[in-house]
Amino acid sequence: MFETWELLWLQNYWWGIVSLLGGFLAMMLFVQGGQALIPSIAKNEADKTLLYNVFGRKWELGFTTLVLFGGAIFAAFPLFYAVSFGGAYFAWMTLLFAYIIQAVSYEYRTKKGNVYGAHIYETFLSINGYLSPFLIGVIISTLFSGGAFIVDDANLSHWMVATRGLEALLIPFNILGGLSVMMLSRILGMLYILNSVEEDKIRRSALKKLHIEMLITVAALAVYATWIFIIPGLSIENNRVVIEMNRYFHTFITYPISILAPFVIGLGLFLLGGIRAKKSGFWCAAAGTVLMVFALLFSTGVGGAPFYPSYVDIQSSLTTANSSGSRYTLTVMGYVSLFVPVVLGYIVVVWKAMARPLTHDEIKNDPFSY
Amino acid sequence: MDLIDWSRAQFALTAIYHFLFVPLTLGLSFLVAIMETIYVKTGDEKWLSTTKFWVKLFGINFVIGVATGLIMEFEFGTNWAAYSWIVGDIFGAPLAIEGIFAFFLESTFFVVLFFGWNRVSKGFHLTSAWLVAIGTNLSALWILVANGWMQHPVGMNFNPDSMRYEMGNFWDVIFSPVAVAKFLHTIGGGYVTAAVFVVGVSAWFLIRGRETQFARRSIIVAASFGLFASLFLLLSGDESAHQVAQKQPMKLAAMEGLYSGEGRAGIVAFGILNPDKKVGDDLPEFYGDIQIPYALSLLGYHDINAFVPGINDLISGNEKFGIMSADEKIQRGRAALSDLSDYHEAKKSNNTFAAERSLKAFDANQSYMGYGHFTNALQTIPPIALTFYSFHVMVGLGSFFIVLFMVLLYLSMTNELINTRWALWITFMSIPLGFVACEAGWIVAEVGRQPWVIQDLLPTMKGVSALSTTTVKITFWAFAILFTTLLIAEIKIMVSAIANGPHIAEKGDDHV
Repeated sequence: MFETWELLWLQNYWWGIVSLLGGFLAMMLFVQGGQALIPSIAKNEADKTLLYNVFGRKWELGFTTLVLFGGAIFAAFPLFYAVSFGGAYFAWMTLLFAYIIQAVSYEYRTKKGNVYGAHIYETFLSINGYLSPFLIGVIISTLFSGGAFIVDDANLSHWMVATRGLEALLIPFNILGGLSVMMLSRILGMLYILNSVEEDKIRRSALKKLHIEMLITVAALAVYATWIFIIPGLSIENNRVVIEMNRYFHTFITYPISILAPFVIGLGLFLLGGIRAKKSGFWCAAAGTVLMVFALLFSTGVGGAPFYPSYVDIQSSLTTANSSGSRYTLTVMGYVSLFVPVVLGYIVVVWKAMARPLTHDEIKNDPFSY
Repeated sequence: MDLIDWSRAQFALTAIYHFLFVPLTLGLSFLVAIMETIYVKTGDEKWLSTTKFWVKLFGINFVIGVATGLIMEFEFGTNWAAYSWIVGDIFGAPLAIEGIFAFFLESTFFVVLFFGWNRVSKGFHLTSAWLVAIGTNLSALWILVANGWMQHPVGMNFNPDSMRYEMGNFWDVIFSPVAVAKFLHTIGGGYVTAAVFVVGVSAWFLIRGRETQFARRSIIVAASFGLFASLFLLLSGDESAHQVAQKQPMKLAAMEGLYSGEGRAGIVAFGILNPDKKVGDDLPEFYGDIQIPYALSLLGYHDINAFVPGINDLISGNEKFGIMSADEKIQRGRAALSDLSDYHEAKKSNNTFAAERSLKAFDANQSYMGYGHFTNALQTIPPIALTFYSFHVMVGLGSFFIVLFMVLLYLSMTNELINTRWALWITFMSIPLGFVACEAGWIVAEVGRQPWVIQDLLPTMKGVSALSTTTVKITFWAFAILFTTLLIAEIKIMVSAIANGPHIAEKGDDHV
């Protein structure tokens, strides 16, 4: 089936897959959001332990989604992988360090002989909880604001700023993107608590925070989206990269079904999640997050437009066409992508099988609890 | 040290740390699944407690393996960006497939294995244990397919326009004999390491006179599994060496410290290399060595009369056996690079005729293109001492483990194990040796391939990211500090968990 597709279609398909994985990655940040919330929501050790166990049973999926996100970019858009990871070196390394400390912290936090004490591992989880969503938001934002790279004739990339990606933190648009994703992760974290915990005290505490933070998050997202619509972007004209005013706004209205609709529906579901916080709110907001982030990411590269602008040499900007894998590889990987629904299927089965809310008693009697 | 050295050092550091945890995960996941199967089949609660104890240790090891593994996936981009572009079209695919087919399987069912004891049925839980084991081993499959391709690149073509290698045949890549041998040998190493770990920990309980029934049970399962895996390791090792002889003769020569090629070549069972020995001189290769006659010819070519080329033959050439000199390859490589450059110049100036002519000339020498980046034939030799000693440590320990498992099984069957203190102490002291053997094997594979990042195609120096040395130094030390900090915690937690024991009170235990 994929053999008959035009290369442009394959590239669009894969940009869609990468965007969808980005959406799932953003959704899985509810674990980080939860980690950041725990110190302020848990009023005692027992509540804290309960919450660490609630989120600790999901961290691996977020971790794996990040790995798959990277792997999919490597396989489908190797030049993007090389330019971004090799260029924005410190930004990615900081993010990876934040994830590395997450992986061990749940398991080691309460273990006898953990050397550094529970407090250090909890601090690690808080760092991961704030830093990871923020940096992911910043990195996603650079797909709109650009990076300081050039690509030479041999398609080898060079980053032109010594700060290696950390300069993105000085751009207000990127900072807003980072803060928006961080707030989004907190909302998802609160909704997940309401979805998975039956302890009244904890639920009340989460609900109290939700109302005020939901307003801030929606305001941040609204400003961020508006900003995206009014900033200039890059497009292709006569095989040259040119600046186009309101490029992303044009893209949204040019693709009403694949971009505008997912974004609007996603935003609606996210808001609905906040309204139905006590009942299935998490699932609405999670689905909304996937759709919104998918639409934003997909809008950057759909139709072969430059999805990663270079602000030092716009002709070096990356498009799905100039950064993609070969037709053969995209075809092979197209077949591989058909297994994604199978993976989603067993994740749903396991998630449901393990869904019963956790209680203090269960944690106390479970030798495997974190 | 320059940028390339620091980039290599960082990759080596992170890979060595990661590979401390991977083998135990590979093997322990199966041992846990086997033990849980016995529990489900027999309904004996003692097997449940035994399984839970090993699952706990599995978890402590697993999470740090995951943590250290994350960087491995991204380091190809961060530190080897040129590599990622030049071969990413082929190399990226197995990594993405690993994510879809293996990592999700592991991460999804890991949660059930740990927290599902009272939440899902016995059958569901057992299936999850097996799926975790399969997932971890599938993960090894895909990364070793990728690594196998680095050792023996197949199924691709060079695209002179995009200046990269592109995949031509996916099946050639995944069924490459080197990849298959590498996968089987590596997982075999993991199984043996885990078996050594389990028998070692169990021996400690027997030495202390604690949990003796649990320890005996664990030893019987692990020693049987370990012996089977060791024999499998012998076979896969034979095939691995055979593949190395065919595809990476320089690596084989370094593994054996063989300078002058010979027919009916013997294998060095033990040897101390002469550090003053240089290519082409008359100094002896070893201060002293013990050889097994004909074994290298047999191992490498499955023929006791076969000629095994040495480093001198591969550098200076050997007309009799049709071996081209490294200098000749370098000359041809330079011609290929020059023709490729001419092709691009001609294309820029729209000179179709010149472009076609340059491309034709390039095609004639294309397979030597990687050699064109070297300035001296001696640069094509890998570090000999490190490769040689690592190989011999790996083989020596592999042989020792076979004896160890056989002795343990014999003593277990004759009920003499608990009274044979020397065997218990040796078994306990052997715990680190499985890890040492695996790391040594990994060093043979990676250091022995130098100076290539993709054998004969892409020199390591050409794959590196355009970073400053200081940038890489910063992250090198950050990783060194972080991973060491985490390793200390991991070992301490593991020791505490072992000391705490499985708490199975049963008839026959000395302390009951």
